[in-house]
Amino acid sequence: MGNLMNRQEFLELADRYLRDELSESEIIAFNTLIAADQELNEAFLAQQNFINTFKQHQQREDFKFALTDVMENTSTEPIVYRMWKKLKINAIAAAAVAIISSLATLYLTGYFSTLRKTTSDYSALKREVNNVKRNVNAHQDAIQNISKENTPQAALHFGATGFMLTKDGYVVTNYHVVSGADSIHLQNAAGHTYKASIVHLDQEKDIAILHISDTSFKSVTNIPYTFKRQNIDLGEDIYTIGYPRDEAVYGEGYLSSATGYTGDTTAYQISIPVNPGNSGGPVIDKHGNIIGIISGKQKSLDGAAFAIKTKALIETLNRIPKESLKGNIVLSSKNSLNKLPRTEQIKKLQDFIYMVKVY
Amino acid sequence: MSKIKKIIANTRSDQELLEGIRLGDNAAIAYVYKSCYPSVSHMIINSRGNEDEAKDIFQEAILVLYDKVTHQQFELSSKLSTFLYAVCRRLWLKQLGKKGGAIHLDDHENLDIPDLEEDLVNHAEQELKFEHMHVALAGLGEPCATILKDFYIANKSMQDICDKLGYTNTDNAKNQKYKCLQRLKRLFFEQHQKNG
Repeated sequence: MGNLMNRQEFLELADRYLRDELSESEIIAFNTLIAADQELNEAFLAQQNFINTFKQHQQREDFKFALTDVMENTSTEPIVYRMWKKLKINAIAAAAVAIISSLATLYLTGYFSTLRKTTSDYSALKREVNNVKRNVNAHQDAIQNISKENTPQAALHFGATGFMLTKDGYVVTNYHVVSGADSIHLQNAAGHTYKASIVHLDQEKDIAILHISDTSFKSVTNIPYTFKRQNIDLGEDIYTIGYPRDEAVYGEGYLSSATGYTGDTTAYQISIPVNPGNSGGPVIDKHGNIIGIISGKQKSLDGAAFAIKTKALIETLNRIPKESLKGNIVLSSKNSLNKLPRTEQIKKLQDFIYMVKVY
Repeated sequence: MSKIKKIIANTRSDQELLEGIRLGDNAAIAYVYKSCYPSVSHMIINSRGNEDEAKDIFQEAILVLYDKVTHQQFELSSKLSTFLYAVCRRLWLKQLGKKGGAIHLDDHENLDIPDLEEDLVNHAEQELKFEHMHVALAGLGEPCATILKDFYIANKSMQDICDKLGYTNTDNAKNQKYKCLQRLKRLFFEQHQKNG
């Protein structure tokens, strides 16, 4: 049978054999055929070999193509560099989110407002230094000014204390509190605010006399305290009420020296804890007499504060030209605090002590 | 994460890579290129070569590897990276020798690869054989090339080829296929004889 087959038919059969298209019986027949005929066997092997070379050539071409492609399109740059190139956008986005969220956190936790406050405290301090300078002049040397200072950016420059001299609206405070003021407002314990104008300034004694010019102000009942111009004794029990903060603060102590800073005879040295804002506050003895006005304290000396003597105040009042007054200043001569317990005295006093707000 | 995974390929064993090379897997080729090319490029550029020459040398070395794993044994006696470096070095020295001038390359690594010479000879033989096939196929012309590729490589049925090329019946197509194959064989062996 095999001998009758021409070459083309045999190779066709061989192709089918190689492509695995023959049935089982055909495979057996084919194997028998080439085993019996040397010539056909060689023809089969040559065909198989050639077809393999043909196929491998194609595969090798494909491989070369893939290799060229890979080498053209694959970077051998270091991995970090490649990562950066691919993830640049992600990295930038992540950084932006991180910055925004940290800023937002700082903002929400109030960091920036604290920062602002801190900065303004700093400039307030500078301002305080300036005030100290003025006070130094007033006292012929450096006495630390204790006016309470608030934010200079806000309209309110700083605050201090003042108290009524007469029931018709005369108020006394420190010169250093109101010097350079655009406008002055007084706020009483009940929270009412009145506009005040400067009547007289005594830079040397650090005294300022104000008058409440506000129409809403009504003459108060009689002033409960009197003014004691005589020197009082060392160690005498004294107290003050002032506005080192937005609430009235009570402080007590004793008279520690009959003279003020560097022997200033117009002032006392007192031992009352005072703070910026206490400036201009009254110093009151246990009977309810005003014996002085708090003006400052000495930085280098613990617990040493100074108060301008009532005597100096009255001297200043007497020197005010008549024409600058709206009616005489008549100090109260009736003391309604005497014999009252301290707490009652304070209750009565509070209405006559003002927070001085300087703009 | 997918981006990162694309960048950081898993470490692969040499055996996996050889299998990938044998099958023409792009990922394996890319991995070998990334991990082995930098040292080769460094070596060639440092000895009077340029980037293009380095790439050509590396490409040929990969083909040496390909011919080895497809026609000889499927195992290496050294690390894949060492093998490729040694092949590249050998190929580059050969090329420098052709260019003339003093040849000197510092040996930084132990390049004692036993089968290297044999691999290069095998590669040269394969290169020549497939070059013959390449020339034969180029001279074959259409429709023969298409018929043979469709039948022997794409494994298409005679019926499909018959339909595709518009033969009236499969016997005609079979006749054509036979004639084409005979012609290709003739062209191939002509090349073979011409080039010894």
